[in-house]
Amino acid sequence: MNRYPLWKFVLIGTVIVIGLLYTIPNFFGESPAVQISPAKTSLKLDEGLLRKVEDTLKLADIPFDGVFMDASGVKVRFANTDTQLLAKDKLVANLGKDYTVALNLVPQTPNWLQSIGAKPMYLGLDLRGGVHFLLQVDMKAALDKAAESTMGDFRMALRKEKVNYFGIERQGQVVVVKFESEAEATKARNLLAKDYSDLTYKITGSDKDFNLTASMSVMAQKRIQEFALKQNLQTLHNRINELGVAEPIVQQQGMDRIVVQLPGVQDTAKAKEILGRTATLEIRMVDEEKSDMATLQKAQSGQVPFGDEMFTDREGRPVLVKKNVVLTGDRITDAGPGVNGQNGASVVNVTLDGRGAGIFKNVTRENVGKRMAILLIEKGSTEVITAPVINEEIGGGRVQISGMANAQEATDISLLLRAGALAAPMEIIEERTVGPSMGEENIKRGVHSTLWGFAAIAVMMIVYYMVFGGVSVMALGVNLLLLVAILSMLQATLTLPGLAAIALALGMAIDANVLINERIREELRNGNTPQASIHAGYDRAFDTILDSNVTTLIAGLALFMFGTGPIKGFAVVHVLGIMTSMFSAVLVSRALVNLLYGYRRKIEHLRIG
Amino acid sequence: MELFRIKKDIPFMSYGRLTTSISLITFVLAIFFLFHRGLNYGVDFTGGTVMEVHYPAAANIEQIRQVMDAVGLKDVTVQNFGSSQDVLIRLPVKKELSIAQLSEKISTALKGADAGAEIRRVESVGSQVGEELYENGALALLLVCAGIMGYLALRFEWRFAVAAIIANMHDVIIILGFFAFFQWEFNLTVLAAILAVLGYSVNESVVVFDRVRENFKKMRKASAVQVIDNAITRTMSRTIITHIMTQTMVCSMLFFGGETLHNFSLALTIGILFGIYSSVLVACPIAMWLGVNRANLIGDSEKKPKEDEAALAP
Repeated sequence: MNRYPLWKFVLIGTVIVIGLLYTIPNFFGESPAVQISPAKTSLKLDEGLLRKVEDTLKLADIPFDGVFMDASGVKVRFANTDTQLLAKDKLVANLGKDYTVALNLVPQTPNWLQSIGAKPMYLGLDLRGGVHFLLQVDMKAALDKAAESTMGDFRMALRKEKVNYFGIERQGQVVVVKFESEAEATKARNLLAKDYSDLTYKITGSDKDFNLTASMSVMAQKRIQEFALKQNLQTLHNRINELGVAEPIVQQQGMDRIVVQLPGVQDTAKAKEILGRTATLEIRMVDEEKSDMATLQKAQSGQVPFGDEMFTDREGRPVLVKKNVVLTGDRITDAGPGVNGQNGASVVNVTLDGRGAGIFKNVTRENVGKRMAILLIEKGSTEVITAPVINEEIGGGRVQISGMANAQEATDISLLLRAGALAAPMEIIEERTVGPSMGEENIKRGVHSTLWGFAAIAVMMIVYYMVFGGVSVMALGVNLLLLVAILSMLQATLTLPGLAAIALALGMAIDANVLINERIREELRNGNTPQASIHAGYDRAFDTILDSNVTTLIAGLALFMFGTGPIKGFAVVHVLGIMTSMFSAVLVSRALVNLLYGYRRKIEHLRIG
Repeated sequence: MELFRIKKDIPFMSYGRLTTSISLITFVLAIFFLFHRGLNYGVDFTGGTVMEVHYPAAANIEQIRQVMDAVGLKDVTVQNFGSSQDVLIRLPVKKELSIAQLSEKISTALKGADAGAEIRRVESVGSQVGEELYENGALALLLVCAGIMGYLALRFEWRFAVAAIIANMHDVIIILGFFAFFQWEFNLTVLAAILAVLGYSVNESVVVFDRVRENFKKMRKASAVQVIDNAITRTMSRTIITHIMTQTMVCSMLFFGGETLHNFSLALTIGILFGIYSSVLVACPIAMWLGVNRANLIGDSEKKPKEDEAALAP
């Protein structure tokens, strides 16, 4: 009665072997490496890059242990950190700014293991060191901005069709156009509704004062918010690429938040500076007609002319700028620092995309001799970087921005331009930094507490339950093995609470074995034969194990659903641990007991303490 | 070795009044301290900044305080953390400074005062994040309770579900009471520990209930009290051994896990210690008072014939 068919042993054996294979990579450690990835989406990751990297290193006579390509880029392994640094400098010099070259650590897992996808567990920031940011996107600003641009579009459309209106303004996220007659307002509504169909229109008022209000539908609002989030994600990606971080994580969280994780980053100030530059760039025209001294002074005291906004430039002088935005930073495809050939001043060279170039050409043609302001908007405060006079029509989408204080500033601003504009401002609302030494210590502590606890449990189980205790300990060992294997397979992020969950899972998993062993003892006490006791013990305990584990599972799943960050890590391990413990306590320990006792003719007594 | 060779059933249920009144007292005390002192929430919930700094030599706490004063940061707590070389600095949320600026300001000030200062960990949380955690935490707690009750009601009976959840909440409230009384920091990992305790503690109740159900089938003539007493006595050994094992693991975390896991394992320890009796001495009497009996436990298939018999009898 206590014999397993062969297929069950084969199944258990296979599971254990697979578990071993996927656990092994965790023991190989990591070696220094350099990671090369394209800095632009237009550049492709292909064999050509692989060969280029290889050639560069061979030419420079830098020894390397291996070079391979994966989803995030080309990685080259080195024997020590000295050659790693040497190689990085060489690669940066040779590949130029089109590629991001970052220092990295890659697992030393042998190739045959890598070929079956066996990788070590993915360690969270608290175990490997690095920075975690949570950024909040200002969605109200995104909607305001959308309304602002709708207003500009309306103005243009109405003018083109020669519809008479006497005012247009934005009230929050609602655009209001004023008309003298209802007929005119209706005409405008029909016209606008055709082109801007996702807005809701309403005409109110009477007697020479009719208002057409256009408000965004809920759907449109949602779309704008999603777009803003997506664009901010992309922009952050680009900016982080400039940092040269290996394997950064930029992820959406919820409706309006973005998580950024930079493993191994030490210079948090620099990281924050790049991320925290929650800046958008806008090009607008200076209102030349109202730039006389008297108006400027009035504007400074708060009386800004209608349709204009007042900002100050770098010297603190007021500049009156039209509200209408000519171009935003998202039309910029490339930007780089440079020097003006005539006066030697630092400049930024900007390249615009096709549509941007077209707009720019038109605007410069129509406004020769006038000034154009380049605005940098950072957290609600706007600054005019420069307001150059347009000397001629600028076509071809290549623009030179002057007015930089020095070469460093030119570099900074071109980085900002190159990285694109944010659709809406963002703010860091959570920051967690863990130093690398702290990370190592956390791993050591977590592993130590698990091992010591395991050892103590093993001793007590064997003393208390003898052979059956030994079987339980082996089942527990298999449980640990499988848990680590599954975590490695899933590449779930292991954090310190996750390590704690492994320890706790072991502590709780032993419950199933205790239940079984106690049950067997009880059956023996009731006078059953050893074989019958084993059978009944496992059988009866199973229901209890199932019930008690399902309830624990419920708690684990709720943790997973509502937890964030480390709590989620804890929950994942907790839930997986329950599942592996069911397998090991019920099947593996049974198999061992069957092997020990099931094939003997006669058993006098069980060694169960 | 066998520690628990209990021949006769221990009459746990006759102590029911005593045991439940003891837990009632601890429960009320815990609630009193929760309201009187409140929980000492960590930055995860309140928002603010925590910074762990390591110095090559013993840290001069007084000097660090002065540095903080000099840069104009008020309400700063500076204390040793683990060893004399490690310092923990805490700051509440500042309205006028953003999170990024705040941590930047502190680290430059500290490095300016002592070049050897190594910033090992920074945690800055905005107040809005904290508020959400609050809600999510409460929601998770509620969902876990509902889920457990639902499952128990399905597998056993509503009386057991109610009893188990009361016993469970008892454990949770007592852990919270301890944290309020000693003013230990209540952070996210502690919340995780509490939810884990919920799962663990219900485990306990389920094992006993399972045996109660089984006994009702086997001990046809016994009263509910006898059935429950027998179930508890028979599972005593398992209850205690399992607790010792789990507690060993948690103690290992408490001793070797370092500061980060300290409060986490502390919460687990309390939960396990109280879980050992709540599941038995709180859950069972409540289930009994709610009127658990053979008929409502074993289900329709066996209940029907009995009802028929009863109908025929008079």
